[in-house]
Amino acid sequence: MISVYHYLILSAIIFSIGTFGVLTRKNAIVIFMCIELMLNSVNLTFIALSRHLQNMDGQIFVFFVMAVAAAEAAVGLALMIAFYRNRESIDTDDFNMLKW
Amino acid sequence: MLSILFYLFATVAIFSAFYVTKARNPVNSALCLVTTFICFAVLYITLDAPFMAAIQIIVYAGAIIVLIIFVIMLLNLGTAVKKRYTHALAWGAALSVIMLFITNTFIRRGVPTGKLGDVTTQMIHSYGHTELIGMALFTEFLLPFEIASILLLVAIVGAIILSKRQV
Repeated sequence: MISVYHYLILSAIIFSIGTFGVLTRKNAIVIFMCIELMLNSVNLTFIALSRHLQNMDGQIFVFFVMAVAAAEAAVGLALMIAFYRNRESIDTDDFNMLKW
Repeated sequence: MLSILFYLFATVAIFSAFYVTKARNPVNSALCLVTTFICFAVLYITLDAPFMAAIQIIVYAGAIIVLIIFVIMLLNLGTAVKKRYTHALAWGAALSVIMLFITNTFIRRGVPTGKLGDVTTQMIHSYGHTELIGMALFTEFLLPFEIASILLLVAIVGAIILSKRQV
């Protein structure tokens, strides 16, 4: 029988994979995708616990997380296009304009 | 039956999530991300949340992934060179394994209890999941809902300003 622990451990695994991707990749778009992965694993935790506790508030939280993720995607990808226009690359090694 | 479904989709989700971090070509990463999102939508259905599954497919697999693939193809990104990220690999892997271990111990040690609400399976089936979400969203969470709409408006304006050539 599938309990709430199965869902929690699945989302912990997915969150760790997302962290691994954020720490190891250099392409900014892939890092962005790994952040989406982490957001999704947290959404799974919210829905599993909301089902377990028979309460609707967790799913409302997931709704707002999705709204924020959509806004983040729009602004983040616009930032990447603006950066690419300056540097012709989106490697995180090239994000050094504020260094001196 | 339900456990077979859970293990199948959990395995597919884990493997495709891992391939998101490993694929050289960003387009392959994006397609694997779609697979992960669809597996998550199936898991939401097993959790009696069909509205959340629909939103997951529409917003994530529909809107956000299309935006990401659009940007990847607009920037014409090539495949990553292999030697460029080997140095951080060990540290990143060690840190994420430690994090997985810590969260695992906390999940196994604790018991998720609390005050039980009134949304039972029988109530979801008689009212409908969308009706319950809408009822909570437009009564108890009305102010956060309006703030979210303002946030989306600000994001639209910000994206247009950022991608203009000269402000």
